[in-house]
Amino acid sequence: MSKVFKGRPVVAGKINGKEAVVSHAGVNTLASFQKSALKKAKQVICSDQNNPDLYQKNLTDKVICLPKTIGSTTGGMVLYSVCAMGIAPCAMLFSEPIDSLAAAGVILSDVWVDGRTIVAVDGLGDDFLAYVKDGMKITVDEDGTVTVD
Amino acid sequence: MQYKMKLTPEEEGILNGSQGEVMAKVMKSLVLYGDAFGAERFVPVVGKGHLVTSFGLSVLQPVFKIMDELIGAGLKVEETFTVDPRPIDYANVKCNPIEKLIFSKIMYGAQAPYEAQLRKLGLKGDDAFTCASYLDEVDNVPKKGDVLSWAESSAVVFANSVLGARCNRNSGIIELFGSILGKVPEFDLLTDEGRKAKWIVEVKTTKKPEAQILGSAIGMKVMEDVPYVKGLDAWIGTELNEATKGYLKDFGAATASNGAVGLYHIENLTPEAVELGDALIRDDAKTYVIDDAELERVRKSYPNIWKNPNANPERVFIGCPHLTFTQLGEWAARFEAELKKQGKSKVALNVVMTSPVPVIEHFKKDNKAAYDKLLSYGIKLTSICPLMYMNNPLCGKKAVITNSNKLRTYTTARYFTDDEITAIAVKGGF
Repeated sequence: MSKVFKGRPVVAGKINGKEAVVSHAGVNTLASFQKSALKKAKQVICSDQNNPDLYQKNLTDKVICLPKTIGSTTGGMVLYSVCAMGIAPCAMLFSEPIDSLAAAGVILSDVWVDGRTIVAVDGLGDDFLAYVKDGMKITVDEDGTVTVD
Repeated sequence: MQYKMKLTPEEEGILNGSQGEVMAKVMKSLVLYGDAFGAERFVPVVGKGHLVTSFGLSVLQPVFKIMDELIGAGLKVEETFTVDPRPIDYANVKCNPIEKLIFSKIMYGAQAPYEAQLRKLGLKGDDAFTCASYLDEVDNVPKKGDVLSWAESSAVVFANSVLGARCNRNSGIIELFGSILGKVPEFDLLTDEGRKAKWIVEVKTTKKPEAQILGSAIGMKVMEDVPYVKGLDAWIGTELNEATKGYLKDFGAATASNGAVGLYHIENLTPEAVELGDALIRDDAKTYVIDDAELERVRKSYPNIWKNPNANPERVFIGCPHLTFTQLGEWAARFEAELKKQGKSKVALNVVMTSPVPVIEHFKKDNKAAYDKLLSYGIKLTSICPLMYMNNPLCGKKAVITNSNKLRTYTTARYFTDDEITAIAVKGGF
């Protein structure tokens, strides 16, 4: 059984059946990504001790479902960097309107990284975040339609 | 490209390449950024910039690549900029040879070339490295109403809240782009409506709340929203003096790192709250009551993630964000009293205080007695970023304690209050 949600594409793109990782709290980008990025790891394992939903989970090539991002203003730069390094999530789906740091990260990735991007859809609503669970398969269309299987 | 912002002919020309391909990409990034938030136009930036990325972390090659593109295109910040603190200072923050090797060869091996990039892009000077760029000594103090293109969450929240400037919580790189263009898209905290409070925070404690825990509690609750704090003036007064600014600096940094607060209003104290009062509160504002029990609940939620949770502390970091002139004097007095109480002449742990170079110089010159006391107690003064130090995997394994909620949030350091830190540092343990 699948359920469809409609949001606004901030960075439009097509995602087919990728795995969801869900955070019900704001995602602290620096705290989540920095450790793996510093180690030049092949995958990002979330290092944010304050986020029990994501802590120690693999975020690379996953669809992160979240309310928004929080924390240091290096956040956008960190997202851009992990995208350029090829270890970013493939998409970020926001239940709320996107925040300025995440927006910067996905836009910088879109404009300055050749051949890679982080698809971003925002405004999917509280129902989306209540419904989606870790491991569910996510499909995203260019117009911001998100299908959760 | 398709966009919704209303651009002037000059701005549209830049987008279409009138100032070169790289500047067009800078403009495209800012237009998309503005579109994401419904900005209708660009507004001019006033004064100097402030950048968050101060560290030549080898892994940030993608950032250095953008910098090279900007420099190659002859772009720079005409008004100059300050930048966050440097990551290392071997003279005052001792490291063993293996830690040094990791810092110099693996982590921050690109520091020198990165600083060369910063200079080419308009760095204000060699002493312009601090997260507290808004302190008088650093000479990047915005005025009320100035529109800024800054990053560094603690600096943005201070500039907005305490100085009344207008700045969004810009990300690294975006802040540089806005400073190069000399304009930023107008949305959110740049608008009157965006500066209205969605939360009323009622402080009902029986004593002066610890700035770091109060800020942490509010950040966790309101996230990115603007809080209007009532009742705090009963504890910290209604005058924006140096002591109050120090308190608000630490409070704001905690709201910004434990949440995403870019602006707060303190009733009867911060400039817009004094000017506009309750008119700053939205009709649909929610209320959050903070009492002693709530602060205790928040503090107890901080995990102990030391490698050995029962270890004795080794190192103490005080000053994240960087300490002010007044705070350095307060710490000297605090340590003097505690040393006297415990009958000692020196601290027993490796205590490092961080502050901007111009502030340390000011302190050394105009409060020489306190400066000499701190050094005689065995305390080191430095201008580094403790967070960058703790990013070294070996340093991160050390049992570090701090009075900074921001440092606690991003590292393995454990939080203790100012008084607790002082007692532990003098005693040499818990």
